[in-house]
Amino acid sequence: MRAQGYLSVFRMRFLLMLQYRAAALAGFGTQCWWGFIKVMVFAAFFHSSLAHQPLSFAQAVTYTWLGQAFLALLPWSGDPDIAELVRSGNVSYERLRPLDTYFYWYVRAMAFMSARAAPRAAMMFALASLILPLIGFGAWRLRAPATTEAALLFIPAMVAVVLLSSAFMMLINIATVVTMSDRGANALAVPLVIALSGSIVPLPFFPEVMQRFLFLQPFAGLVDIPYRIYFANLSGAVALAGLLQMLTWTAVLVFAGHRAMNSAMTRLQVQGG
Amino acid sequence: MGAFRLYWRYAAASIRAQIQYPGSFLMVAGAQFGVTLLEFAGIWVLFRRFGQVRGWTFGEVAVFYGTINVSFAVAEAVSHGFDVFGTEFVKTGNFDRVLLRPRPPTLQLLGHELRLNRVGRLAQGLVVLAIATRLIGLRWSPARVLLMLATIAGAIALFVGILVLQATLAFWTVESLEIANTLTYGGVEAAQYPLDIYSRWFREFLTFVVPLGCISYFPVAVVLGHAGRLGAPAWFSATSPIFGFVFLCGALGVWCLGVRHYTSTGS
Repeated sequence: MRAQGYLSVFRMRFLLMLQYRAAALAGFGTQCWWGFIKVMVFAAFFHSSLAHQPLSFAQAVTYTWLGQAFLALLPWSGDPDIAELVRSGNVSYERLRPLDTYFYWYVRAMAFMSARAAPRAAMMFALASLILPLIGFGAWRLRAPATTEAALLFIPAMVAVVLLSSAFMMLINIATVVTMSDRGANALAVPLVIALSGSIVPLPFFPEVMQRFLFLQPFAGLVDIPYRIYFANLSGAVALAGLLQMLTWTAVLVFAGHRAMNSAMTRLQVQGG
Repeated sequence: MGAFRLYWRYAAASIRAQIQYPGSFLMVAGAQFGVTLLEFAGIWVLFRRFGQVRGWTFGEVAVFYGTINVSFAVAEAVSHGFDVFGTEFVKTGNFDRVLLRPRPPTLQLLGHELRLNRVGRLAQGLVVLAIATRLIGLRWSPARVLLMLATIAGAIALFVGILVLQATLAFWTVESLEIANTLTYGGVEAAQYPLDIYSRWFREFLTFVVPLGCISYFPVAVVLGHAGRLGAPAWFSATSPIFGFVFLCGALGVWCLGVRHYTSTGS
């Protein structure tokens, strides 16, 4: 019964978010443009130096397109509807539902992200892997997974991304409840996410001394680890360690978030009426 | 009251309103400073691995980067009214009220809000320019300073022009469209590197369609003493910031057409 409740929350939210087709198309257009700029910058850099690089040009390009395809899976901000609930005071109704508020919102976050990401990712894969070679940009295309093993590992890795990213989004939601405004938490989240996940520059390009730290910190699981699994830069035991890293951080963040939520809710102040 | 005095009244009122929330202002400005500085660090990471890009050094690219960010910060700060035009004026019907007042709508929209928190990106751009000056030992002769100021003025005009076009589009689409971001944020992203590292079709688009190259690449290359890499004559490179203003005039022309076409949503 409980599980069914969460499942229907997921389904409703997912179907609702799928309705925003114009937003998905506009987002897709922007991401294509962005992808092209980044790929051209990589092309220029790889053209300028023969030094050995941690990723090949083809891998860096694939990394870039994957990043554009799954951009909506990053915890950019809290759930805007929850911020609205906090502003209007309707957050008190959330306490009346026969579901654990943390997991109720967690499932909403999962649906919010995956529904926004799915159509964008499908379009981006079609463009970057099928259409680009047809119009003469074969060198800039999104490659298929490097091996069967990589393809098989990439699926659980992307599921883990949704689980991990939703846990991050919940921390932002909780900060919104505590501070009564989504502004501060959103402003703080963006720099951390873009710098440490690999969205600006793939993490392997960072200096060698930082690599161990970069692999272990929680943001790596949002972008870097799954994409490197995709093109088998991480394979075998290291890939499994990466997956384990992501699931461990998810568990830690969910546990911490659940506790923080309980303490926030016992001191909940409701504004308005 | 003259247009300029009225604008300063608007600006002063907007600034007073924003400093009522010092916490929010500091947080947004600080976050913006941080995010943009991280992006710059990303460029450093790539240069550390690759050494140079098509003959450009890190310090030289930093000059391009700083120039475009300073310009964009100012443009975004002054043209917020155009940026939110679709959602806050057309959709709500508030533009009716703007049209009723006996002052030009363009002036009222420019005066809508002077966004103080863009000072984050502005500060970051200036910091980067200072770093770049140190790195490549750039001597700021009067001629260079003058050309740099003209470049920044041209770039501000161009970005304001793009935001005016985005606003004009809202007369037909009602909502503000995210697609204009490709030219504003995307333009900044592209112009952070010298234009000659890109493919030919992209370069030509950014020179002849949206003259982004004219307000960053060509004049900054002159400042850096690398003019003529793309075969453009020196007189063109030094005067090209004027095309930012040409673009803005064109955009304002289209805007006036849009205003004439405007029908209220009735809400």
